[in-house]
Amino acid sequence: MTFCLMVLMAAMTFFGSSVIQSERSANPFVAVRDGIVAFFEWIGELGIFCGRLARVALVPPHEGRELLRQFEAVGPKSFMLVALAGAATGAVLSLQTRDSLTRIGAGSLLPSVIVFSLIKETGPLITGLIISGRVGAGIGAELGSMKVTEQIDAMEASAVNPYKFLVWTRVLACVLMLPLLTLAADLFGILGGWATNALMDPISLRLFIENGFRTVTFNDFFPPTFKTVIFGFIIGLISSFQGMRTRGGTEGVGRSATSSVVLCSLFIILADVLMVRIIQVVFP
Amino acid sequence: MKNSDGNNESRNNEPAVEIQNLCKSFGRQKVLNGIGLAVARSETVVVLGRSGTGKSVLLKLLIGLQKPDSGSVRIQGQEITGLKFKELNQIRIKIGFLFQQAALYDSLNIEENVAFPLVRHSNLQSAERKDRVRALLETVGMEQHRKKLPSQISGGMQKRVGLARALALEPELMLFDEPTAGLDPITAGEINQLILGLQEKRKITSIVVTHDIRGARTVSHRLVLLNEGSIAAQGTFAELKNNQNPFVAQFLSGDS
Repeated sequence: MTFCLMVLMAAMTFFGSSVIQSERSANPFVAVRDGIVAFFEWIGELGIFCGRLARVALVPPHEGRELLRQFEAVGPKSFMLVALAGAATGAVLSLQTRDSLTRIGAGSLLPSVIVFSLIKETGPLITGLIISGRVGAGIGAELGSMKVTEQIDAMEASAVNPYKFLVWTRVLACVLMLPLLTLAADLFGILGGWATNALMDPISLRLFIENGFRTVTFNDFFPPTFKTVIFGFIIGLISSFQGMRTRGGTEGVGRSATSSVVLCSLFIILADVLMVRIIQVVFP
Repeated sequence: MKNSDGNNESRNNEPAVEIQNLCKSFGRQKVLNGIGLAVARSETVVVLGRSGTGKSVLLKLLIGLQKPDSGSVRIQGQEITGLKFKELNQIRIKIGFLFQQAALYDSLNIEENVAFPLVRHSNLQSAERKDRVRALLETVGMEQHRKKLPSQISGGMQKRVGLARALALEPELMLFDEPTAGLDPITAGEINQLILGLQEKRKITSIVVTHDIRGARTVSHRLVLLNEGSIAAQGTFAELKNNQNPFVAQFLSGDS
């Protein structure tokens, strides 16, 4: 609860700092009040945005070509980055925990520690944060640029719903691609952990995986991977929302890209805390 | 049947666009203050006025991209201000809109930009659609650039492609938002000739927002001059030239 409040306060601080320079008050109390007001305005507008998205989600046309384009933009184009981040995380986990485990005589548990750490928390969270940066910024900037150059107005004037064509396709691509990218991060993390470990203490990959997965159950693997669907929804929704409400020319596009990354990251961390607690209760 | 024919006939006699007492504000700034205007079918009306007098806002109100604070907008006899998105789209299909910066979709090439409305709102097969896109691009002299991206062509070329896209669904009403802004006089003249061509060949009703007095004189049947959210004067170019209102005289002569 305390953590959730801290994240919300961080979000409010961000909104306070993102009030346009010319509109910002010199009085700190007024500035804080403006930040809180901006935050609640943002929540209200996001609610309206979600309502519009829900209305178009299941009605045709389903914009298959644009959806495939977004799948490619989110999935294959992020694969290398996620795989590298996963491998690096696995390597660091191996380096950091090896020493501690050896000191307490539990060196043989290293594969299990790496696998548990990656599939339960590190893999999903790293994937969520990396995709926030790569895809969230991209969506915020792309839609922001379309907004300020009237491309979104042109789409609406052509009797095409931009919420369906632009927003829904991006949200769906993020939702469906995040679990797959998480699997890639987990896999490369385990490989990175094994490779680092094998350099110091030669062990076959097969034995490393057997030891690592010996006590892993369905509840250890499926819920944490599936929670990234929520991360994907957060990334697609918030970055599209930030992009669609862009104003103020190229400076506004920059602001939208930055705010997309910051807000997606903050809300992913908040959602992660909540989801971990829910998973512990539902899948004991 | 007779009744239906009667309704059709009365609709055909109605103005293509009829605006009554239209008001629009942004915050405390009143942009349009009780505008009234009727545009007959096949007529080209040019809207002039200083920057910030709400000319572009007027066009966006006509296609439902913005909602008025009060007043009425009727397109071919149908009130559009209270329409829902789906109903409004039925009207939008009949309207072409050329945006100030052309507003071509960055991620699509020229051919795909022009095909965009056709894919969604026509029953044309792929081959027929390609033929139609080529014909449209030929009309605006851009056929040879059809595989390029918008970023690879000049501003004037983008305007031509924007015009081809706006014409894709054979609109009955065309809205032009500063079609010659930022173009050299020769390219601006070419765009004005394209607009004239639409009048002569297709009898399209057009509303043109511009600062280009020479272009306005070329393409307009009637000019409307906006000032401080209201219509300061309207009439043919010759009528406005003889208008005694100092603002009208100053605007047309370009004196500061």
